[in-house]
Amino acid sequence: MTTPVEAPLPAGPVIIYTRDGMRRGALAALPLLAGLAPFGLVVGITGQGVGMSPLEVGLMSAIVYAGASQLVALTMWTHPPDLVTVTLAAFVVNLRLALMGPVLAPWLSQVTGWRLWGGLFMVSDQNWALSVREMNNGGRDVGYLMGGGIAMWSSWTASTVVGQLVGAFVRPAPGHPLFFAALAAFVCMLTGMWRGRGDLVPWAVATCVSIGVAQLLPGTFWYIVAGALAGSITGGLRDVRR
Amino acid sequence: MKVDPWNLLAFLVMGMATYACRGGGYWVFRQMKPSPTLRAIMSYIPGTLFVSFVVPALVSGGLQPTVGAAATAGVMLTTRSMPLAIACGVAAAWVVWLLR
Repeated sequence: MTTPVEAPLPAGPVIIYTRDGMRRGALAALPLLAGLAPFGLVVGITGQGVGMSPLEVGLMSAIVYAGASQLVALTMWTHPPDLVTVTLAAFVVNLRLALMGPVLAPWLSQVTGWRLWGGLFMVSDQNWALSVREMNNGGRDVGYLMGGGIAMWSSWTASTVVGQLVGAFVRPAPGHPLFFAALAAFVCMLTGMWRGRGDLVPWAVATCVSIGVAQLLPGTFWYIVAGALAGSITGGLRDVRR
Repeated sequence: MKVDPWNLLAFLVMGMATYACRGGGYWVFRQMKPSPTLRAIMSYIPGTLFVSFVVPALVSGGLQPTVGAAATAGVMLTTRSMPLAIACGVAAAWVVWLLR
């Protein structure tokens, strides 16, 4: 993932919001749905593993609609859930989304109401990338963001429910290798996040700090927050000083 | 089809935290431009966050997840296919699980 930069305001016709733009956004998202589905299955199986019903898994996906944070929260789910832990997990994992909305400012600053705030709800890694590409190619139709978002949101929710049903059918015991799928999904995402040698020191710092804090505070998830903050502050300060 | 009220409450607060990032991030950064330092730091968050999630899990999990993670990463780097990489990783972890 590269550092998002403010795109220049496109010159020319004004920003529009049409049903046709929504349709084109949904069509552009279709090829990505096949890639999203296995991840949804993993989240659904993990949800079933902590005892959630299909409806609960579906509600979680529909309300939160952010897969990585759902998976992190589910791997630390308790009964009843620790509200502080899962909320903080959602916030920290999704902090990257805060940088995505501003990149779409040439579109979003021209709309108001649900077209703006509903469009922001639809900002996910993939849908955001599609909309940025469309915008940079001269697209003027903000409905594109909503159309792609609706396609992804509905199929995401559905795929996690299917995952729950698969898990309920297989009924893997705790510690079963099927649950390794959650960790495997993070390993996959990690391989895509390596941007080059500049990541070496921040990732090494994150490794050391997270292992250390995990030893010091067992049974909590502070090691994730501590490792992420230590690594990213190291990298950020180094880049700015340079 | 049960819905535990505590679970529902957790979904709602998680949803609020997530929307605070999606919508709140846009709103805040319209009011004040994020400094280059903050931008640089935030750009490192996804990678370092997943490192901090995965590595301690491998350290505490031992052989099974470590072999699985190596297989996942290997297949992901060669094929770029996430479903295939997850399937191969789970299969490798499964083999270790069966052998012990």
